[in-house]
Amino acid sequence: MVATRKSASARTSTNGKNGYRVIGTRPIRHDGVDKVTGRAIYGADLKLPGLAHGAVLRSPHAHANIKRIDTSKAARLPGVYTVITGKDMPRADSREVDLGEGATNLRWASNNVLAGEKVVYRGQPVAAVAAVDQNTALEACNLIQVEYQVLPPVKDVRHALSKGATIVLDDLVGDDLGKKVRNTNMARHFRHEFGDPEAGFKKSKLIVEHEYELATVHQGYIEPHNATAHWNSEDRITVWTSTQGAFAARRQIAGILQVDDSRVKVIPLEIGGGFGGKIPVYGEPVAAVLSKKAGRPVKLLMDRKAVFESTGPTPAGTVRVKMGVDARGKIVAADTDIRFEAGGYPGSPVGAGAMCVLSCYNIPNTRIDGYDIITNKAKTAAYRAPGSTHVAFAVESVVDEICEKLGMDKIEFRLMNASKEGTRRADGPTFPVVGNEECLIAAKNSPHWKSKLVRNGPNGRKRGRGIASGYWFNIGLKSVVTLSVNTDGTVALIEGSTDIGGTRASIAMQAAEVLGIPAEDVRPVVVDTESVGYTDVTGGSRTCYATGYAAYHAAQSVVNILRERAAKLWDIKVSDVDFKDGAFFSKSDSELRLSFKQLAKKLDETGGPVGATGAVDLSAAGGGFGVHIADVEVDPDTGKVDILRYTAIQDVGRAIHPSYVEGQMQGGAVQGIGWALNEEYFMDDAVRMANSSFLDYRMPTSLDLPKIETIIVEVPNPIHPFGVRGVGETPIAPPVGTIANAIYDAVGVRLRQAPMKPGRIVEALAKK
Amino acid sequence: MVEKVHVRTTLNGEHAEFLVYPYQSLLETLREIIGLTGTKEGCNDGNCGACTVILDNRIVDSCLVLGVEAEGKSITTVEGLATPAGLHPLQQAFLEEASLQCGICTPGFLIASKALLDREPTPNEHRIRHWLAGNLCRCTGYDKIIRAVEKVADSNKSRRGSARVGSRAAATTTARRQPAGARK
Repeated sequence: MVATRKSASARTSTNGKNGYRVIGTRPIRHDGVDKVTGRAIYGADLKLPGLAHGAVLRSPHAHANIKRIDTSKAARLPGVYTVITGKDMPRADSREVDLGEGATNLRWASNNVLAGEKVVYRGQPVAAVAAVDQNTALEACNLIQVEYQVLPPVKDVRHALSKGATIVLDDLVGDDLGKKVRNTNMARHFRHEFGDPEAGFKKSKLIVEHEYELATVHQGYIEPHNATAHWNSEDRITVWTSTQGAFAARRQIAGILQVDDSRVKVIPLEIGGGFGGKIPVYGEPVAAVLSKKAGRPVKLLMDRKAVFESTGPTPAGTVRVKMGVDARGKIVAADTDIRFEAGGYPGSPVGAGAMCVLSCYNIPNTRIDGYDIITNKAKTAAYRAPGSTHVAFAVESVVDEICEKLGMDKIEFRLMNASKEGTRRADGPTFPVVGNEECLIAAKNSPHWKSKLVRNGPNGRKRGRGIASGYWFNIGLKSVVTLSVNTDGTVALIEGSTDIGGTRASIAMQAAEVLGIPAEDVRPVVVDTESVGYTDVTGGSRTCYATGYAAYHAAQSVVNILRERAAKLWDIKVSDVDFKDGAFFSKSDSELRLSFKQLAKKLDETGGPVGATGAVDLSAAGGGFGVHIADVEVDPDTGKVDILRYTAIQDVGRAIHPSYVEGQMQGGAVQGIGWALNEEYFMDDAVRMANSSFLDYRMPTSLDLPKIETIIVEVPNPIHPFGVRGVGETPIAPPVGTIANAIYDAVGVRLRQAPMKPGRIVEALAKK
Repeated sequence: MVEKVHVRTTLNGEHAEFLVYPYQSLLETLREIIGLTGTKEGCNDGNCGACTVILDNRIVDSCLVLGVEAEGKSITTVEGLATPAGLHPLQQAFLEEASLQCGICTPGFLIASKALLDREPTPNEHRIRHWLAGNLCRCTGYDKIIRAVEKVADSNKSRRGSARVGSRAAATTTARRQPAGARK
């Protein structure tokens, strides 16, 4: 069940052991050669005849009314084709559209890509230019005069709900436990309650309660957003972009532009990272309107400063956790309060945070309050298991403190309280088969947990070990895959899931497994919105699960058609033809046998081309649990924290391509390490970001890290043909809590604010 | 009006000439004028390393170098790593070790890794991590990138071990990553 990877040489393919021929092997990804030779075409690489270049003028203020915009000077600059403002955008209505990973209101979405009467965060687009080249477009932006009436900005969740705070959105109708509220910065307050938390706390022997705070962080993908659009004379709009979902982009673009979805064709180009941040559209509708007015295709490239100021980020916020345990260490009650910044428009991932906050534990009495709160920052976007890192930091820190006070082993406590099949998740659903306990047992048996930690480092530095759990529910939704068989025995696979981290390979492998052919013989291609059926975003850890499921269905259909072809060829009944291990054969005549490849060669003589489409709409998914272990070394003089050793353990259901599963676990863990130690938006009093570059927004580098050990746990998801759960998101849930607990173990201070930067550690040690 | 400058260079081993405004970066020159889009832009201010190229045996962030500065110099980009005979060992190792997820940082990592191994064929893990600290990757956590470079370094070690028994000269190469004025 548990495969451990210690080194490249010790890697063991699960092939052979898991009963599969392709699944569990490590083929080279199909798009790999293009990506190591520089030939893969990402959004910014696109060239088109007659292409104009755009630029966007952004608000210097976090909160202001736009009194007047004068574009006349810019429009007169030689080389400028057109200048647009919010007035040139179609007036989108307030209807909500579902994007698969959360809904969005179209009017606010429109204002977010090009402001209407006010700006609600610094960096919000207020005007855009199309010109002969980018320098001319940028120069024209400097000639646009905007008169602002600056308003006091709302800084954070506490400020937003305080008396006298400026109301950011006049037309916001907040939802306070089902009651409509006006004149508020609180977009939503919801509650999940079960049992009797107060009675539970009364019965508790020990109650631990703390509030945790996290700063705004960014997804930090290396490729900035980009969009190229052509609005032609037939009112058909073609958009080339780097997106996590071509269909989600199409729906947003069409909604904002007030045209039918089918008028918009989105061609997804290679995408340079997303992590949730490339689900929303930004430049796409703006480039389309520029194109309409300029009469030619327009390309908009975002710079890094704009990426930081105007896209993503994940919310800052607070999480309060109160947890009560009885004398044996059984958790009796928990009460949590999660407050996330939505940014300038509603829609933080607080709902998802609430689905994760208590999910690692079986607790009879629970209450979860969630708040979605408007502040004058960029509209937040999903970031890898959105919300779960915040809540895991809080809950896992409280659990660590309870273990310490009760003198209990940290893994035994978690095992005793672990959620498992049949446990009611605190927000309602009952867990199906899940691997929470299996991950904890794998952690207990891991080389890392069993190793001895030398507690004193060089030069007075102190070492500590931390452990924390995390959960992400994963999603299913819609995917379509079409297969067509070539007469040489290879198969073309057409999918709509954009490939951010190797999913061409993992989807192709699932088709290859069914067809009994090598992974290399399935050639996957990611196509535009007119070339494949509706497919939801690459996000929610759904791609390998749901698009893989669609590939499975399509491949099964191909096998069924080929059984008919074999029957025709051999002049026997279809029911007499079986298919196993890549070969078609007669159940009654052992002479009659053809491999997939041999039969493919005979397509033309048995009825022509063979192809099939698989389509799924999966309402359920299999949730993923993870446990992380970190050894840190803290310098008490400087507060610097080094990661000495790190292990990520996760139930992935089934690892289709173990290398890319490990890669997700390692990548998620390292993003979490950055979140824990370094990353944050520095906002001044006017809520302007002061560190909008990779120099000052400090993401982990190779020098900051050790190798990240991974332990893949496979508790197959019973509702997927191969047991896939999804892997990408869970690994970012545990790291902040893991490192907080490790720092406590090293130097005896509990940090309740992320990032746990050197100054905070020195300060906490001084107060100790 | 600023006029374009005629620049003569060697690009990936072949003579190349182009016209470039004096204010255009080498990155912009490569991508927009010459049409080699394998070199990527992640930040345009020298902090992510996605645009790393080799300029006369030094690695530079091409966003921080002007196109006109390439006059008379030799440029190596990711498009110049493979030969008609096949992929560069680093490219092959990146594929085998699954060192890329989204792939946007990969050209910069490949170029920076090549520059390291050209100077020091057998660096250890710390040396590799130190050298590559100017290249950001957000997907992989670096683990599999480091493993790929180690793999090529290991094969260099075994090749050297069999070919140059008894010679310590090459092992004591003391190349520093950059002369003054260049990146890092």
